Amino acid sequence: MLQFILRRIAVLVPTFIGVSLIAFSFIRLLPGDPVILMAGEHGMTPAQHAAAMHALGLDKSLPLQYLDYLGGVLTGDFGSSVVTKRPVIDEFFSRFPATLELSICAMILAVGIGIPAGMLAAIKRGSVLEQGIMGTALIGYSMPIFWWGPLLIILFSGILGWTPVSGRISLMYYFPTPTGFMLIDSLLSGQEGAFTSALSHLVLPAIVLATIPLAVIARQTRSAMLEVLGEDYVRTARAKGMPPRRVVGIHALRNAMIPVVTTIGLQVGVLMAGAILTETIFSWPGIGKWMVDSVFRRDYPVIQGGLLIIAIIIMLVNLAVDVLYGFINPRIRHT
Amino acid sequence: MKRITKVLTASLFASVMASAVQAQTLVYCSEGSPEGFDPALYTTGTTFDASSRTIYNRLVEFKHGSTELTPGLAKSWDVSDDGTVYTFHLRDGVKFGATDYFKPSRDMNADDVVFSFNRQLKDGNPWHDYANGTTYTYFSSMGFDSLLKKVEKVDDKTVKFTLSRPSAPFLADLAMDFSSIMSKEYADQLKKNGNMGDLNQKPVGTGPFTFVAYQPDAVIRYKANPDYWDGKQKLDNLVFAITPEASVRTQKLKSGECQIMPYPNAADVAGLKKDDSLQVLEQPGLNIAYLAYNVSQKPFDNVKVRKALNMAVDKKAIVQSVFQGMAQVATNPIPPTMWSYNKSVQDDPYDPDKAKQMLADAGVKNLKMNIWAMPVSRPYMLNARRAAEIIQADFKKIGVTANIVSYEWGEYIKRAGQKDHDGAVMLGWTGDNGDPDNFLNTLLGCDGVGTSNNVAEWCDKDFQSLVDKAARTTDKDERVKLYQQAQKIFKQQAPWMTIDHSTVIMPMSKKVQGFQQDPLGFHRFDDVSLSQ
Amino acid sequence: MALEESISEEAAEELARNETPARRSGLSEFWYYFSENRGAVAGLVVFALLVLVAILAPLLAPHDPNIQFDNAQLLPPAWTSGGEWRFFLGTDAVGRDIFSRLIYGSRFSLFIGIVVVAIALLGGVTVGLIAGYVRGWLDTLIMRIMDVILAFPSLLLALVLVAVLGPGLVNAMIAIAIVLQPHFVRLTRAAVIGEIDREYVISARVAGASPFYLMTRTLLPNCLGPVIVQAALSFSNAILDAAALGFLGMGAQPPTPEWGTMLAESREFILKAWWAVTFPGLAILVTVLAINLMGDGLRDALDPKLKRS
Repeated sequence: MLQFILRRIAVLVPTFIGVSLIAFSFIRLLPGDPVILMAGEHGMTPAQHAAAMHALGLDKSLPLQYLDYLGGVLTGDFGSSVVTKRPVIDEFFSRFPATLELSICAMILAVGIGIPAGMLAAIKRGSVLEQGIMGTALIGYSMPIFWWGPLLIILFSGILGWTPVSGRISLMYYFPTPTGFMLIDSLLSGQEGAFTSALSHLVLPAIVLATIPLAVIARQTRSAMLEVLGEDYVRTARAKGMPPRRVVGIHALRNAMIPVVTTIGLQVGVLMAGAILTETIFSWPGIGKWMVDSVFRRDYPVIQGGLLIIAIIIMLVNLAVDVLYGFINPRIRHT
Repeated sequence: MKRITKVLTASLFASVMASAVQAQTLVYCSEGSPEGFDPALYTTGTTFDASSRTIYNRLVEFKHGSTELTPGLAKSWDVSDDGTVYTFHLRDGVKFGATDYFKPSRDMNADDVVFSFNRQLKDGNPWHDYANGTTYTYFSSMGFDSLLKKVEKVDDKTVKFTLSRPSAPFLADLAMDFSSIMSKEYADQLKKNGNMGDLNQKPVGTGPFTFVAYQPDAVIRYKANPDYWDGKQKLDNLVFAITPEASVRTQKLKSGECQIMPYPNAADVAGLKKDDSLQVLEQPGLNIAYLAYNVSQKPFDNVKVRKALNMAVDKKAIVQSVFQGMAQVATNPIPPTMWSYNKSVQDDPYDPDKAKQMLADAGVKNLKMNIWAMPVSRPYMLNARRAAEIIQADFKKIGVTANIVSYEWGEYIKRAGQKDHDGAVMLGWTGDNGDPDNFLNTLLGCDGVGTSNNVAEWCDKDFQSLVDKAARTTDKDERVKLYQQAQKIFKQQAPWMTIDHSTVIMPMSKKVQGFQQDPLGFHRFDDVSLSQ
Repeated sequence: MALEESISEEAAEELARNETPARRSGLSEFWYYFSENRGAVAGLVVFALLVLVAILAPLLAPHDPNIQFDNAQLLPPAWTSGGEWRFFLGTDAVGRDIFSRLIYGSRFSLFIGIVVVAIALLGGVTVGLIAGYVRGWLDTLIMRIMDVILAFPSLLLALVLVAVLGPGLVNAMIAIAIVLQPHFVRLTRAAVIGEIDREYVISARVAGASPFYLMTRTLLPNCLGPVIVQAALSFSNAILDAAALGFLGMGAQPPTPEWGTMLAESREFILKAWWAVTFPGLAILVTVLAINLMGDGLRDALDPKLKRS
């Protein structure tokens, strides 16, 4: 087992180098340069331009820039934003909790509704209920969430006025945020109504972000359950007269969870991609919006550092899933 | 769900009431995150609203709601006869706002002023590159690195500026954001503690508000500076709720989540005006959008061709479609609100038939050209692509085939700045300091040829001599005459199709009192209050 | 953005191992299973209609999609008050007929889907065949490169790629194809590894078949099943991602009547002109839904595992 884990980690090293190389080279290929962009309509003289390029270290040779960069990354220095002049890593961590909170809530929604719905569909195979669930799941799975989000805003914020339009909490509340999770911090603050405010801000974005993972998990659960329900040992248990609820609950569910857990792990990448759109729509101050803004602002160091940090996180989560999968399913370990 | 909502609204309402009794808090739905809080490093209005116009002061200030100058941290000044030495006498008893992270031990003095300029001027100054990739872009783009020779302390309350040449717009430049006065005492403290970067993250200034906290992409909080030299503000707290989506800002204003917002979607303005709880202020912006023909290129070197193309386009249709009417068709290269605007200049009439004839007379057949459209929305041109499509359709009617091209914004500016760029470039300008020189000389002067400022690549001797003369004179009436003459020449030569001056619209709650629209496009909250 | 039901390398290999040996599934057998699935048939019908609409767009559209009608900006749909019947679904901000633009837009969406899938499939299958056949260091190198691509969230990678290449439909398609292509590589490679030691392959090799023949004629047809299912999945992914890029302003550029771009263009009118936002999104949803329904049908028809249950 240890050998398996070590091997998985060893595989990550070249991937990491590849990822850093891609993040680095992309940015050098981007047309336009950040210095001119900052001057806007004012423009600048060649001398001013050269000075600014020098100040940003963009005048060195490419391999040298890469080595500088890699050296920095290994010591936790991802460079500084061209726009805000703050270290990329600080910017990242000041926004990451917002994305994490949103993603966790979306995941809770997706798992909490997706798994029961999938199970129900599998058990009631052939029923109208199954068709309803699977039809809904397929719609969710096909949903352009950049349309779904605005639609929900029109309905719940515009017409019904139930939820706020954007942001994380009403501006009336101001308290320290030690954890960065608004739900927790609002409780810690002890201010009346702060928690409900945070929650009401979170609902719509979480629903939008959860839509696709929910559909995927429901579909995956259903097919995994169907497969397990067809296995010999489940049939045997049934034949022995075990009550259906126990058959499903104990035997089927546990075995069906193996592929479902993998699916859930793989949704992390999907969530990150979804966060880009969701956060843009709801002005949610997280990583996704930060990356989109940075792309538009040509903030080289941020795009580069952000890509790299996000890729590292996804790689680590995938590693964890792989290891977990290998743990549950020993056959995998020997390939 | 409904029940929960009711409880929720009730509790929200209760807290509104509670806070209203205690303190006046104005929430401003701002359009974006500031890049930082040291205004000298940046060039965007969003950053200036959040830093220089709230937290800082300058030696000279723009009068509230106008481009006229008024004493700021300097109570008076003298100018030497040759116009190259300015001596400023500083106001007494000006306090820097105290914050959690800095308690000032002394009043503002000459050291602070010298520090604020020398850090930008002097290469060896430790603060010249204190943050990663620091560039004092605005300072150099206004030509201060060559204009300003030295800044010296005469005594504690007197500072002397020496210029390399006389410059009429110099005083106006000192009211600009990069000229904000920082605390040297605070800077020294930061340097000692080794966190110089905080100058840009945790600002300290003499302004009407002091900084409390900033949460990136979400909210900035300020409180009134209790020791403000011009009297404490009526507002106790000022909050910037960062909301980049215009439709979302509108929604928030309507639901009362904020009391004032900039830049509504043109399409939403009519609806906002109908809302009884809101008021909508309007003012012509200090800006211009134009289509600049590259006059160094055939057939645009021919003034008749340029005139013909100008006459082919129905500019009213652009104003209607892009701005929903919230703009005015432009005639001169400077906006009508600016002093020296020449009302007697007539715009080229919209007359496609005559335009067609003029093209034929000029011997131009089957003209194919590029129209450049900016990839981004600017205050003077909300949707360049849409405007370009209208121009394209109009050109087609006189037999000119136009191809719309666009590049990523930085690339766009860079390419438009090359002298041999192909076709007509759409671009615009927002005034920096309210001086006509900032439009006429910057955008149409010979120095700008081959840069992104003068994309028409137009250099006219008569025009240039008028503009140069005006920049050297301090007599305002004389300057007005010169600039009016220059506008005439501009229209005769038609290096641009002048498109529009946009209208700046500020929707706000009727409770907001004393807000004045700023011609330079700032959003200032000094002297604003909320009625109960 | 959407629905990566992606599988890890090992899982793919395992899947391939469990695959039943070469099945001679005739077209009729395929159709039998496919038509069993009513949703799939409905999806096929909608899809066929869309193809028809795309082909016949000039005949079906009442107006030129790019023509701007004077004094007809932001008219609501015909059945609401203020609407006009000549503009069935209303008009956009510059007075263009939304219905006609949607009809022409179907061309772009289908075109995007076809081109992206073609690039990703051809590239992915070729690379996957080579990796699975040759193994060794080349295989390792290829798979590590795929790992690198998959380490980024697809939409983010596509976004940055488009930023590098310059915004536009063609570049968006290239970017999406690059992002989708590793899934084909993994699937094909896994299928090849699963098949390569089987008797029919070995006998072909013994009979002196060239590696090229082995790869294309012997191995390829036998690992097509999962690849076809993946292609359907990629088709809908491509449409969604292209529209998302258009929405972010990085895809097709105005005035192209691409649905995502139309959505982005009308976003500023969301409170005033719901129709300009609603219909393009609906068009995307219906198209993607139809393709996914078909994809499910394909999966049922081609995946023997589900057939058993």
